[in-house]
Amino acid sequence: MAERIQKSKTTHEKPETPDTAADAVTETGEKIKADIDDLLDEIDDVLETNAEDFVKSYVQKGGQ
Amino acid sequence: MALPKVLGIETEYGIFVRGGDNNPVAASSSLINAYVAAQRQVSRIGWDFEDEQPTTDARGFTMDASIAPEVETTLVNAVLTNGARYYVDHAHPEISTPEVVDAREAVVWDRAADEIVRDSMVFARELLGDSAEIIIHKNNSDGKGNSYGCHENYLLARELPFGRLTSQITPHFVTRQIFTGAGKVGCELPGRPSDDIGYQISQRADFFEEEVGLETTLKRPIVNTRDEPHADPQKYRRLHVIVGDANMSEMATYLKVGTTAIILSMIEDDELGDEWTLGNPVPAIRQVSHDPSLRQTIMLRNGNRATALEVQWGLFERAQKYVQARGLASVGAAVGADVMKKWEQVLTGLEHDPESVAHWVDWVAKRRIVNGYSDRHDLKPGSQRLKAIDLQYHDMRVDKCLALRAGLDTIVTAAEARTAMTAPPEGTRAYFRGRCLEKFPDDIVAANWDSLVFDIGRDPLRRVPMMEPLRGTAEYVGTLIDESATARELLNRLGQ
Repeated sequence: MAERIQKSKTTHEKPETPDTAADAVTETGEKIKADIDDLLDEIDDVLETNAEDFVKSYVQKGGQ
Repeated sequence: MALPKVLGIETEYGIFVRGGDNNPVAASSSLINAYVAAQRQVSRIGWDFEDEQPTTDARGFTMDASIAPEVETTLVNAVLTNGARYYVDHAHPEISTPEVVDAREAVVWDRAADEIVRDSMVFARELLGDSAEIIIHKNNSDGKGNSYGCHENYLLARELPFGRLTSQITPHFVTRQIFTGAGKVGCELPGRPSDDIGYQISQRADFFEEEVGLETTLKRPIVNTRDEPHADPQKYRRLHVIVGDANMSEMATYLKVGTTAIILSMIEDDELGDEWTLGNPVPAIRQVSHDPSLRQTIMLRNGNRATALEVQWGLFERAQKYVQARGLASVGAAVGADVMKKWEQVLTGLEHDPESVAHWVDWVAKRRIVNGYSDRHDLKPGSQRLKAIDLQYHDMRVDKCLALRAGLDTIVTAAEARTAMTAPPEGTRAYFRGRCLEKFPDDIVAANWDSLVFDIGRDPLRRVPMMEPLRGTAEYVGTLIDESATARELLNRLGQ
């Protein structure tokens, strides 16, 4: 199975060399980490005041 | 050749009333009525149930009505000028998008549906005052064992054997969740404690108990057999897909319907084969959902085992061959080619590091927030605060929605979504439905997917059938509608 997967990826054209792709992923990763830190800094202002009560009382009737 | 994959999305939204009476049916009605009342162009045109047959089974028989899904004909039911249906279904507000021709259009009108719901909450607030607030979530579970759906619909050829369709589409339905899953804190499998599983990929996977069947509210099947084509039944099927999650990420919706439309075209052309047919789909769909590491394998019918990612690579590779041999006209050539590119990118990203696709994939985006918050506050799995983050990821209020703050890529501009709230897509019969409702609202007494009923005075009511989803398009009837000053003139010119 692993061989098959490897084959599928190497035979398919890739626009970037492995190195630049890896760099791009690392860069994306760092940006994401900064974004998530910003979000976590403000999240308590966004969450419902009584978030735990809200989630406890959130009951839906089943649908399709 | 595969038929053009005319498609649509139906979303049942979660509804909660804070303050007043938490009756979901009444609240859903208030929500929809508030929206309809605020639209000057939309009159209160009823839904016509004449052609609804939810009890007919695609396997060739009709279910006993006592166990079949019910059609509630007395609840609020509005048809909008964008061709969508906005109604109360099983104690939830639901929007069915108009029929569209490709995955990008599906995202546009799905996003329009979300904006309609957002506006509805504002209008309802104006009606209800400060005493009560209707709060809507685009999710699929309340975290307490109750689920509601986000369904997809695809047009298929009637002659496609249903048995082959079932076995060949199932591998995609079980494994596509690795990029379409909306993520969930906890577990809702009957008999298992909620915190048995800290975090799983899909909102819906815990609720599937059968491989194939007619039910949608109990013993839900991975492949639903409702045979109600809303089109010429001699020529068409409509595959009613109930297995998916509602997505906050536009790219997830795009990939969900885009890849599914391609796979369905391959099955129609008998180009998929049985290499990836699963041995035991019901345990597999849960197992994939419960494994965010993406490392566990599931059993194939041929005795091999594969990870969900390997099954997806296998399907993708087959799709590449199909594209080379047959092209992608059935799903829109340009959109189809873009879906293939994004499909490869998302699989590559998931394989390398799921975090790298957090801007596309809901379960990854949500998990980042859940894990980040949990680390900061040293919370245990199953904490109510983590469940609150899960819920609020799907909150449709702009000032409360965490998905809007999660760094997700968008495909549709705000202006495009706003236009699609009132304008129909141009490439399907939804154009005729929407334009007629916009131009002649006082002359239409009822509408449904495959007909419009006009009342133009002394004559008997006139039903205009629309059994062909690709007629009634802007190309066919745009000029005719533009040039007709009255509904009578339009009907005369249509030869009605």
